Amino acid sequence: MFVLVEMVDTVRIPPWNFQRQLNDAIAEELNKKLANKVVYNVGLCICLYDITKLEDSYIFPGDGASHTKVHFRYVVFHPFLDEILLGKIKYCSQEGVHVTMGFFDDILIPPESLQQPAKFDEAEQVWLWEYETDEGAHDLYMDQGEEIRFRVTDEVFVDTSPTGPAAAATDTPAQPGQSAPPPEDSGEKKEAPYTLIGTICDPGLGLLSWWNS
Amino acid sequence: MEVKNANAAMLSNYEVFKLLTDLKEQRKDSGKSKHSTGQQNLNTIMYETLKYLSKTPCSRQTPEIVKEFLTTMMPHKLTKAEKLQLLNHRPQTAVEIQLMVEESEERLSEEQIEELIHTVADILPGDPEQENAAPADAEMDEAVEQS
Repeated sequence: MFVLVEMVDTVRIPPWNFQRQLNDAIAEELNKKLANKVVYNVGLCICLYDITKLEDSYIFPGDGASHTKVHFRYVVFHPFLDEILLGKIKYCSQEGVHVTMGFFDDILIPPESLQQPAKFDEAEQVWLWEYETDEGAHDLYMDQGEEIRFRVTDEVFVDTSPTGPAAAATDTPAQPGQSAPPPEDSGEKKEAPYTLIGTICDPGLGLLSWWNS
Repeated sequence: MEVKNANAAMLSNYEVFKLLTDLKEQRKDSGKSKHSTGQQNLNTIMYETLKYLSKTPCSRQTPEIVKEFLTTMMPHKLTKAEKLQLLNHRPQTAVEIQLMVEESEERLSEEQIEELIHTVADILPGDPEQENAAPADAEMDEAVEQS
């Protein structure tokens, strides 16, 4: 579930922090920069593991702060492919079952990866598994808050770095042939920078209550 | 910022749990810095991750238990990822073991799977609440028999 990632960065320590131990000041700055943030193609950063090397600190003209190049290792949440994870069902929608692990929320199990046959109950907004036994069909509901065991099948990283200002969409007057440009400033849909796609299509996967006799 | 090695090492849940608990102790002692706005992210992620990990088997492990587990697992010839999953999840049924060990039908016989379940249950400490339920029933049966 967690990996160690080796990184290098230049850390700026402002003058009012010069009385502190350099290691502590640098650890605090690194945690401030990376904790609870997603690094593209790396994962969700949790906390600093250790500092492996500190190079010389420099002060540049015009800025009173010291700049230090730091080699360090960071604990990152990055499950490997086919890893089994435990989570809780956040809610169900047409797109599938959304699972959360508390510290990480963007986990989706698409409808085709549910135990088949699966049906979406529109009234209760919940997915259910139509489980057939000799006695007849049981409908096993995937309710909110239930613990669920799933396998990771895919991960999606989206680069959410800020782009330039919206390209002159508001300057050109709308012409009869063109469709109206989408409202980009208000109601922007925030994309999750890191999403996990899972499956519960194997024996043993799905709600824990389904398999605990 | 440069990423030198995105996969330098795999960490078990226990190692991350210990790191976060130690960090929490350290920050509790130091006092004032944790409430500044910059530290909110670290506080949030530490709280949530500790909350998640404290409900998993790793919260009851120690370095000696992990070492003993890995030594006992050596003859079974499992990959690092499989041993890590067994350590993190503490499977109790054959179905769970089949999920975590790839091609388990071909690599392990039924007795070996049973043996794995027993090793896991013996070496890795389980949930005391779950285990109290079973002996309590056994005690009640004994009391009924005696009376």
